Amino acid sequence: MSDGPADIVEYVSGTGIPVRGNDIDTDQIIPARFMKVVTFDGLGEFAFFDQRFDDEDNQKEHPFNEPQFQNANILVVNNNFGCGSSREHAPQALMRWGIDAVVGESFAEIFAGNCLALGIPTVTVSQEDAEALQAFVDENPDAEIDVDVAAETVTYGDKTVDVTVDDAQRKALVEGVWDTTALMKANANAVREKAKSLPYIQDHEVPAVKDD
Amino acid sequence: MSNGTLYDNVWDKHAVTELPTGQTQLFIGLHLIHEVTSPQAFGMLRERGLEVAYPKRTHATVDHIVPTADQSRPYGDSAAEEMMSELEQNVRDSGIVFDDPTTGNQGIVHVIGPEQGITQPGMTIVCGDSHTSTHGAFGALAFGIGTSQIRDVLATGTVAMEKQKVRKIEVTGELSAGVTAKDIILTIIRKLGTDGGVGHVYEYAGSAIESLGMEGRMSICNMSIEGGARAGYVNPDETTYEWLKNTDAFKDNPERFETLKTYWESIRSDEDAEYDDVVTIDGSAIEPVVTWGTTPGQGIGISEPIPEPESLSPEKQETARRAQKHMRVKPGETMEGYNIDVAFLGSCTNARLPDLRAAAEIIKGREVDPSVRAMVVPGSQRVKAAAEAEGLDEIFREAGFDWRGAGCSMCLGMNEDQLEGDEACASSSNRNFVGRQGSKDGRTILMSPLMVAAAAVTGEVTDVRELEEVVSA
Repeated sequence: MSDGPADIVEYVSGTGIPVRGNDIDTDQIIPARFMKVVTFDGLGEFAFFDQRFDDEDNQKEHPFNEPQFQNANILVVNNNFGCGSSREHAPQALMRWGIDAVVGESFAEIFAGNCLALGIPTVTVSQEDAEALQAFVDENPDAEIDVDVAAETVTYGDKTVDVTVDDAQRKALVEGVWDTTALMKANANAVREKAKSLPYIQDHEVPAVKDD
Repeated sequence: MSNGTLYDNVWDKHAVTELPTGQTQLFIGLHLIHEVTSPQAFGMLRERGLEVAYPKRTHATVDHIVPTADQSRPYGDSAAEEMMSELEQNVRDSGIVFDDPTTGNQGIVHVIGPEQGITQPGMTIVCGDSHTSTHGAFGALAFGIGTSQIRDVLATGTVAMEKQKVRKIEVTGELSAGVTAKDIILTIIRKLGTDGGVGHVYEYAGSAIESLGMEGRMSICNMSIEGGARAGYVNPDETTYEWLKNTDAFKDNPERFETLKTYWESIRSDEDAEYDDVVTIDGSAIEPVVTWGTTPGQGIGISEPIPEPESLSPEKQETARRAQKHMRVKPGETMEGYNIDVAFLGSCTNARLPDLRAAAEIIKGREVDPSVRAMVVPGSQRVKAAAEAEGLDEIFREAGFDWRGAGCSMCLGMNEDQLEGDEACASSSNRNFVGRQGSKDGRTILMSPLMVAAAAVTGEVTDVRELEEVVSA
């Protein structure tokens, strides 16, 4: 990954995969025992692990196990998806499994922020539209879905529905500024001034000016 | 839009600039790090040839994977050892203070910050951990972040954020005996929902909150995230200042304390502050709360019946059915008498000294039910030492509790402290998600430390108030 501007994500196209249920927490998306790692590599195979496998590692019924969804890249979910732990391991696991965008009724905030940091849009739709899209994906696992981040629409079959993309998220993705490190580092002097203005920050805690 | 709240005041003082995305670049006054969510961020820094910008405003500890029984190195679990070594290397390279277990200062990140006085009012505080909201108890703006944001904070001392709405939650009246801060927050989450706080910061106020000590306020702010709110806070007051005065940060530096107190006073919510909305809850009506399901919003008073899924709002019904199946509970029954196999007294929600004291009061002279495996995991090495100085460890040990070292332990089962099979656990922690405590068939019942103590001695979910009556009779 470079330190330069990130890629532009105006839209995501591909096929869908439905994961139903409200309040699906990040412990379900990636159980804590798989977080005993110092990189995110290889997390993809553990996405939804305990929902997908029993104690003997036999497959259970779960969309992530079903052959027709193995190439899917647009995850369709319901309400409050990604609640709980702040672990970025959750979107990392989904991304490494193959997910490029998530469409759902609503998302927990930290999860949505973590997705944005990876360039994964989290677009929200009404409850009816989320359920209709899940049903469509079940019926048509090979049908293309277009998530248009810029226009705030999702198109599938012969339907186009309006979706909501948080303003900052839309701007970040469409303008390719979702990798914020370089952007914010450019303001290092202003940050130093801000730090010095705070009564609880002591002078020796503020880094000296460097040419970088 | 809110105006003049502590949130607005602290936000304004830390806002650096507006980014092209419309987000605010916010200066972070304190960055806490631990072994699970930071190694990848340091890796990203190395890939880009960047250094830690504010190492002296960064503070590290080890908590999630640390064993709570045998802490000798190398750790028995090689993955845990690798994470610990990685953190040691990263803090050494960057010049970051690290409270490792050899210092006597190690503990859960949300326990050690407040106890050392690192956590202060009017700060912005982040950590790669959703329970960072805990620090809001001191009137700080504190919230959890993901690993890519940890990279941002390490590299720049700032995060990109959008401003949120502020909801004031007023808890009026006085708590009755046997009711604790934990019961307040479980009631709030039940009432407002696990997603009710999304897009909001919670300001906790009212007589029932103000009369709590700092530990109780921390328990409440801690679980803001369980209600969907990324941050929650209590305005600083004399209780806050008393706590701070005695911490490492200020005990030998009264001048600095006085200087900063002026700042702390200045960021309190104004008398005429405007909120996006206000919710009022009658604190005197709250009874001990336990969860019957698999989200922290699925709680009931100990005397109340488990709800029929059909009686809940439509979007909650399917979740409730799944939860009742997992927990093997029936609507119409109360949770009283539900058999437990494990009692866990620990976590960043409830493992501070008053939590242990209160539980010890219940335990004293009693024995853990033979069917129960019970453990106390103090929140920090300092909490452990203070408890031992009072003889609390003896009370717990004599009753049959395992008295362990400090860490996150069975709250999330990343070390060897885990549920096995379908064990049911009376837990003072914060999440009852399926699989949370290390076994995907495990069953977690969230409750206060008092209620955990009561359950430990009876072997079933028990109204602690009735237990006390039996003793006094």
